[in-house]
Amino acid sequence: MQTQPWPWPASSWRPEAEMHPLLASLLAEGPVVTDGAWGTELQKLGLGPGEHPDVWNLSHADSVADVASRYVEAGSTVILTNTFRSNRIALAAHGQTTDPAALNAAGVRISRKAAAGRARVFASVGPSGKMLLSEEVTEEELAEAFTEQCRALAGAGADALLIETMSDLEEARIAVRAARTTGLPVIVSMVFDSGKEKDRTMMGSTPEQVAAALEEAGADAIGANCGLGIEGYIPVCARLRKATSLPLWIKPNAGLPVMADGRITYRTTPGEFGAGARDLRRAGADFIGGCCGTTPEFIRAVSAALRPVR
Amino acid sequence: MPMIQTLYDAILNGNAKAAKEITQTNLAAGANPQSLVDDTMIPAMNEVGRRYEANEYFVPELLIAARAMKASLELIRPLLSARGAEPVGRVVIGTVQGDLHDIGKNLVGAMLEGAGFEVIDLGVDVSPEKFVNAAKEKKATLVALSALLTTTMHSMKAVMEKLKESGMRQNVKVMIGGAPVTQKYADEIGADGYSSNANAAVALARKLLAA
Repeated sequence: MQTQPWPWPASSWRPEAEMHPLLASLLAEGPVVTDGAWGTELQKLGLGPGEHPDVWNLSHADSVADVASRYVEAGSTVILTNTFRSNRIALAAHGQTTDPAALNAAGVRISRKAAAGRARVFASVGPSGKMLLSEEVTEEELAEAFTEQCRALAGAGADALLIETMSDLEEARIAVRAARTTGLPVIVSMVFDSGKEKDRTMMGSTPEQVAAALEEAGADAIGANCGLGIEGYIPVCARLRKATSLPLWIKPNAGLPVMADGRITYRTTPGEFGAGARDLRRAGADFIGGCCGTTPEFIRAVSAALRPVR
Repeated sequence: MPMIQTLYDAILNGNAKAAKEITQTNLAAGANPQSLVDDTMIPAMNEVGRRYEANEYFVPELLIAARAMKASLELIRPLLSARGAEPVGRVVIGTVQGDLHDIGKNLVGAMLEGAGFEVIDLGVDVSPEKFVNAAKEKKATLVALSALLTTTMHSMKAVMEKLKESGMRQNVKVMIGGAPVTQKYADEIGADGYSSNANAAVALARKLLAA
């Protein structure tokens, strides 16, 4: 890389010069295909409704590894870890006494092994499930829980930390601060599902407010997941793109769940999702995958749709 | 009466401390508790709801307004009960069996409380039996069910069946909500109503009990 003469004026900083080196190297070849849903895949392997999925990292490691491998085979070059609910607050709400550090470390080990050098492992950090505003949890408790989880994930060898499915910008900021203490790249993804246009977080933040706040908090990439189907996230992605030069991470649901013959299904097909992924890319998304209702088939479709035309 | 106008503003702006103080002042000055509720507080919450529907208010503003309303109601309710006035309705609320998510349920509970309902919160992972027994014991007029997961919303159907089995179904109205829940699902399981958010849940609860 050409080095710039020193000193150069602050205004000459190019956005790409500020990108985290790991993210920059992953994105050098174009958009990155991430993974799909884990919970529903684990249910296909016997996880009961209401059972804590992350506990399977210790009790059913082979099944968890199976899900991870299926995504790698489908074309994911970034996979997550089965640690979404492995913070001590969410575990306690579930009546779990398992040591959070052990669950998190096991989650990273499982994904790392399944990745087998073909995919990077971004460790999943989900919300506490408690609201700051209602005083169900304090900032200190959140900071403590996220710090404990992030350190365990980093210590077990995660490549990056993904703070995802956040509804409250305040909680997300606390999680970013905790995650940054590890030195790993930090990606933060919020849920946009509220307001008339479905372009706000539950707490009312717009994509522009989210981008400004998370950039200021020191996130290395930002984005959106869950809450909406792929059509819903195309305009949100475009607005995030305008609001920040950070890489964008987008994982929509497979549409909204609908009841059919007494069973709950997601209406979007893998083919439609793949076509939507191309639109998301045009809207500026860098990391693309799926949330609730998506499967390895969806990732295969995304992977095919985003493959560069040669 | 400028004081009453201020109670309206205190609730609208979610200032629980001011709402409580102004309520005290008004009651000490001999204000009629029922008309404080009917002419000031409920109109304030209606305006909160209007602003929410208009995207001017979001969940944080809803929550603090409901909290201010509740602070004021805590002073007024004993006076109303002493006169033999009943709450607008008695709601048994909970997240259904297998589901541990409580943010949505808590929001609906807070809004209903703010609207003058008596709310009996059964918590999360509530069995059909527990819903039915609580409704019976507390003489509830409304049962409100919440679920966040597609895998647990089926428990709502089990509650409906248990209500029928126990002969309680005609005594209560049932409303449901949560991310995967739809009006279609409400119709399918025979619930009386569905609401997509905490604000609309209040309007729905009023409508169901007026019917």
